[in-house]
Amino acid sequence: MTVPVLELDHVDAAYGPFRALFDVSLRVDPGEAVALVGANGAGKSTIARVASGLLPPTSGSVLVDGADLSGQAPFRYARAGIAHAPEGRSTFASLTVTENLELAFRSARPKRDVAADLTEAFTLFPKLGERREQLAGTLSGGEQRMLALARVLVLRPRLLVADELSLGLAPIVTADVYRVLGRVRDAGTALLVVEQHLDHALALADRVVVLQQGEVTFDGPPEQLGDLSTTVLLPAGSPSRADPTDAAATDAAATDGGAT
Amino acid sequence: MQLLEYAIRGIPTGCVFALLAVGLVLTYKTSGVFNLAYAGQAYVSAIVYYELRKELEWPLVAAGVVSILVVAPLIGLLLERVLFRYLRSAGSMAKLVTSLGLLIAIPEIAKLVFGSETRKNPPPLWWVRRTDEWLWPEGATFVLDAGQVATIVSTLVVVVGLVILFRSTNLGLRMRAVVESPRLAELSGVDSERVSMAAWMLSSVLAGLAGVLIAPLFASLNPFDLFTLLVAALAATVFGGLSSIPLTFVGGILLGVLQAVLAGTLPTDSVLTNGLRPSLPFVVLFLLLLFRPGLRSTRELVDPLATVDAPPPPPVVRARPQWVATSARVFGVVVSLVALLVSWFALDQYWLGLAISGLVLSVTMMSLIVVVGMGGMLSLCQAALAAIGAFALAQVVEASGAPVVVGLVVGILVAAAVGALLAVPVVRLDGVYLALATLAFALMFQSIFVPLSWVSGGAVPISVPRPVIGPLDLSDDRYFLVFVVVCVIATALVVIRLREGTTGRFLQALQTSDVAAASIGIDGPRARVVAFTIAAGIAGFGGGLAAIDLGQASYEASFPYIIGLVWVALLVSAGARSIQAAVLSGLFFFLFPALLDKLFAFPGNWVETNPDAPSWVASIADTIQPTWAQSVAFILFGIGAITYAKHPEGSIEAQTTASVNALVRRVEARNAAREPARVGGPGTGGTTP
Repeated sequence: MTVPVLELDHVDAAYGPFRALFDVSLRVDPGEAVALVGANGAGKSTIARVASGLLPPTSGSVLVDGADLSGQAPFRYARAGIAHAPEGRSTFASLTVTENLELAFRSARPKRDVAADLTEAFTLFPKLGERREQLAGTLSGGEQRMLALARVLVLRPRLLVADELSLGLAPIVTADVYRVLGRVRDAGTALLVVEQHLDHALALADRVVVLQQGEVTFDGPPEQLGDLSTTVLLPAGSPSRADPTDAAATDAAATDGGAT
Repeated sequence: MQLLEYAIRGIPTGCVFALLAVGLVLTYKTSGVFNLAYAGQAYVSAIVYYELRKELEWPLVAAGVVSILVVAPLIGLLLERVLFRYLRSAGSMAKLVTSLGLLIAIPEIAKLVFGSETRKNPPPLWWVRRTDEWLWPEGATFVLDAGQVATIVSTLVVVVGLVILFRSTNLGLRMRAVVESPRLAELSGVDSERVSMAAWMLSSVLAGLAGVLIAPLFASLNPFDLFTLLVAALAATVFGGLSSIPLTFVGGILLGVLQAVLAGTLPTDSVLTNGLRPSLPFVVLFLLLLFRPGLRSTRELVDPLATVDAPPPPPVVRARPQWVATSARVFGVVVSLVALLVSWFALDQYWLGLAISGLVLSVTMMSLIVVVGMGGMLSLCQAALAAIGAFALAQVVEASGAPVVVGLVVGILVAAAVGALLAVPVVRLDGVYLALATLAFALMFQSIFVPLSWVSGGAVPISVPRPVIGPLDLSDDRYFLVFVVVCVIATALVVIRLREGTTGRFLQALQTSDVAAASIGIDGPRARVVAFTIAAGIAGFGGGLAAIDLGQASYEASFPYIIGLVWVALLVSAGARSIQAAVLSGLFFFLFPALLDKLFAFPGNWVETNPDAPSWVASIADTIQPTWAQSVAFILFGIGAITYAKHPEGSIEAQTTASVNALVRRVEARNAAREPARVGGPGTGGTTP
């Protein structure tokens, strides 16, 4: 059995007094693309944060390539090969495009040839090359996502945690972003994609994990998702969620477990 | 040609400004803290250098290395580890208040450690004992002394070094990334903790260097001289937009040159010269804050990952059940009445006097409630506004022989008018800049207006008699106490009226969100001007009362700007919104140091009256100095302000909330037990993401 690149083992997490994750177990194998879907407030971003060390779990453990990193500083996760593009702004607005890239390249271990990395990044994304001296805060939303992804494509980390990359983007730009995500996967990087746009996520994913109210309620290939795909994004208490006859028998049981 | 010579003479001073300003910019760029405590850190290194070089006669290099490269970075490290690491995603206001607390606490801690005696003629950072023992070049018409040469050389090295650090080193890049978002930096593989520690150590080294270099400019070592100079250097900091090191350097030099040219060209005896020369940096700072393009639009960059932290406690007091509010009010009135009766019958002259001064101060504290607590504006000039009220009162009473009570009203009106004039430009500034502008105003007032005889009466303060109201002669402290209590209650009613009224609601909305308030049609600047003006009037009232209490309107005794900073620290830590916090912090300011004084004097007195006391008691009595009282009190005031970041609602409010909540829970539990039929009350907590 392969050692998963990321494994969450019975993880609980909380923001102060507010519990956000309940006994979540999840694994991502090397090179695998996993889509994490769920309604607003289901805990998707929280899983992303736990996966990159931003939020230490209150119980349970986080393993990266088999090594337990629970409670370690996020930069240890980054150096172990977990890249995290957080929701919203994921670049330094006060640094230039070049500086944003340099920061990541120079901090990578083992040490890299920063000049060569920069050339590679600008060859992959000529648009960024044109704006290399511009402050990242002045880039458009799509360009900022590309900047974050350029970093990842060059460094080829073990796993990219991509949190709502489509948020606030025009549909055509979202399609661009997902094309690049495909390239990231083809380069051998595993993906944990948090997404509300199901079609994009499902097209890319080898496996889907459904999260409802802080609990995993489905974990399997996209084909088995079935009718559940119409209900997973509805927040708790929606009328159609209350009617279990809509969903396939096995999955409906899981859904009920999550809703109570 | 003459002009050029004056200009050159200004360069050494300009370097002093530049050195301080550049250090502040570095701290701001690398930690996001507008660090007023920089002056305190500079002071500690200056003391250590003084003790090593002058008292222990260490060689120059050893003393310099220990004070600047060992002690200073350790202080920086300590501040980062125990304090600022927890404030990384706090707002700029919380950071500013914290640094204000440190500014007050650090010098006093240094005094406790190294002794509080006067340190005369601080030694220069050069191979001589006195600055003027080495002049360069010898025999010329224009020479530089050892201190100036050291300052110029160090400034150039520091500026070039910092430009290189930020332009082309990895550490500089990381520091800039970490200050924008430590978490995002971590995601790029940067060890934010280490970078943040390095940043604090570096900025502390610069503070130490500045302290050691600048100390010889003054006849004796004093933290407040350093702080005043730091505020003067702020003009250069703002010139550089709080970010550009080269521009800041240019700003510092320009400021020094401008000052020297003005000194050389203006007629020596005019009012303008005497007032303008020392106050030029503050005037420049004030004007720059109001008119520098781009400064107002520099929004604070919010850490995109700040939401990882649990949300901070809400600053607004939560609603309480009616019965709690009523019984609290009754309790408050009973306690106040008992305290009043005890003061009337039991207190001697000394303690009664202190209690009166405390109550008088609580009026000024209430002006801080209006401007800081309700308005969300960190005004650092309430002491100056109080002084304006006191001076207006004194001048009116002396010139026209009007009753003192009429003078009080005039004082309120004049202070409110000045406050309104100041508020119109100032309220448009954001948090930190508003604090700096009011600080600049306080120093302008101190250096330009206080020396003028039509303001303060000149060198000798104008005396103010205690009024006689009907049959009551208020020169009797007990009658005066009652008068002051009436004044405090009247002020409190005004504050409560304001808080519960339309303006109060507007201000509360503005504190929550400027944009949201504007979108429902609230005129933010107007509400803030109203609050600032009313606060100024209240401060003027408090100042007038203080003058009556003391018997004279004395700036030195009652209103120095630095004391005003202590008031802010004290009130903010007690609770910037509640009347009781204002009253208690006013009383505390006078009574606490006096109590400590008694406490620290106690062992000594006891040994004196008991000659056969055991030796260990005597040794304790020898170590504990009564002079500690002031220091310990100020340290605690300062530390109180540091807690602001954790409890923005104030320690008193936090305590009250905790105990009231406990009480309410208990009562509700009992009620629930009485009605067993109604099962399942409100749920406790949920799974809010």
